[in-house]
Amino acid sequence: MPSETESGSVTAGKSATAEPMISLSNVHKSFGDTEVIKGISFDVAKGDVVCIIGPSGSGKSTLLRCINALVPIDGGSIRVEGQEVHDANLDRLALRKKVGMVFQQYNLFPHKNALDNLMMAPIKVLRQDKKEVRERALKLLEKVRLSGKEDAYPGELSGGQQQRVAIARALAMNPDIMLFDEVTAALDPETVKEVLLTIRELAEEGMTCILVTHEMGFAREIADHMYLTDRGVIVEHGPPAEFFDNPKDERTRSFLGQIL
Amino acid sequence: MKSRNSVAKPTDLPVLMPIAERLTRGRGIGLSYDIPRLQLRAWHGLFLLGVLVFFSASAWAQQSPDHPATLAQAFIRWMPLLLKAFVFNIVMSFLAMSLGTIAGVGLGVMQLSPTRPTHAVGWFVTQFFRNAPWLVLLFFCMFLLPFRFSVFGVTVPFPDWIKATLGLALPVMANVAEIMRGAVASIPSGQWEAAHSLAFSRRQIMFGIILPQCIRRMLPPWMNLYAILTMATVLASIVGVSEVMTQTQRVLSAENRPEFIVPFYAFVLLLFFVYCYPIARYTQKLELRYAVRD
Repeated sequence: MPSETESGSVTAGKSATAEPMISLSNVHKSFGDTEVIKGISFDVAKGDVVCIIGPSGSGKSTLLRCINALVPIDGGSIRVEGQEVHDANLDRLALRKKVGMVFQQYNLFPHKNALDNLMMAPIKVLRQDKKEVRERALKLLEKVRLSGKEDAYPGELSGGQQQRVAIARALAMNPDIMLFDEVTAALDPETVKEVLLTIRELAEEGMTCILVTHEMGFAREIADHMYLTDRGVIVEHGPPAEFFDNPKDERTRSFLGQIL
Repeated sequence: MKSRNSVAKPTDLPVLMPIAERLTRGRGIGLSYDIPRLQLRAWHGLFLLGVLVFFSASAWAQQSPDHPATLAQAFIRWMPLLLKAFVFNIVMSFLAMSLGTIAGVGLGVMQLSPTRPTHAVGWFVTQFFRNAPWLVLLFFCMFLLPFRFSVFGVTVPFPDWIKATLGLALPVMANVAEIMRGAVASIPSGQWEAAHSLAFSRRQIMFGIILPQCIRRMLPPWMNLYAILTMATVLASIVGVSEVMTQTQRVLSAENRPEFIVPFYAFVLLLFFVYCYPIARYTQKLELRYAVRD
């Protein structure tokens, strides 16, 4: 029963006993009186692609922000590569060097051109050599099919192009994990494809990814494991085939019914 | 009629125009957001010039044989003095703006500090000086600061105009701090999130990512503040600094000619208009450009 096992054991070729890359257990988070996450637990193994879907306001984006300590949690534990994120003594910067994040609104730095957007963090945060960083940044731009746009400012790029620069910017830090927060939600249908293609390539290269998405078709194709959250809890999870074709929970069925 | 149109507009077809431009034109396609907006124009200065000429004419008409000197002669005699005094106003405005901006940026950084006491002090100082009347601050500086002070036995004079400049720099400082705080707050929170997620420290984010984006946003209100400050330098006349208003009063009492009062003050108005008008226009241009791009 895949829905009973942890995601780590679902992926073939990975030892079930090795510590998962990311491990959430009984995470709680409130904003004021509103509890948005009410006890969520799951594991993500190295190289896994996990997709989280669910109605808006169900805490998906907040959950992602908890993983790289953008949002502090109120209870439970989140471990990333064995490091407790909730720890008061945590070196947040060390954590964030390992976890890249891409946002719905791209959030590129508008006063820097595409290349500088990529190079800023590695030079200023990782203190890497400017020349090496530049080479790597150029390669990354090529990887996201934006060669020739090095000098373009974010305002001069289309939404899809900006989002690909944002992905490359996160990759420039050489992260072990990538978080994608509804990265195609603000894009028009034509440009969604090019962004998804980039993410798919990343997943195929073995990057550990957590995606919050509304792209059901894409999630089904790419995910190793699906989660549906509703009102702060995980309603159902399982491998995509099972999850989409044979949902057990009534809420999953109605949600998928609305979306598909 | 057609040819006249073609000079003004290269095409008769509807043209896509940035919305901010259409807003300021006042006449667009009649949509509800198409509010009319008046703008300072060069000919508004001509109006002042008209006032000057009109009252000069009336002064000329009232000319009596007891006072042989004409208005023109009076103007020629006193022009160098008045212009020199006006330059003094500009010097004071420059100094007050520079001091106020430096102190204001410091205060702004304090206000944005995550440390609570630092933030609280910055907030209090800003609110205090921003909400106090300028003239009250000016009086405080005039009467609380010594007219000279001694450093290591050397007596440094502290003339009135420096005290007045400091008095004017205080509200400028508070306003610059507030402009800066507003600009930082206007940067979308996504910028902070993205920068945090890239492992930048708070200081790096503030100085490398947020503040550089703020400069552009701060420029128009900052220049606006400068124009206001320049006009406020005449307040120094109340505390006896020999700037253009003081000198005009002195000239008028020396001449003792009531019919000269309006032309001379109109001339002072004109001086300020000529100096502040280009600043106001350039500020509007900057505001427009940024409104379109953001």
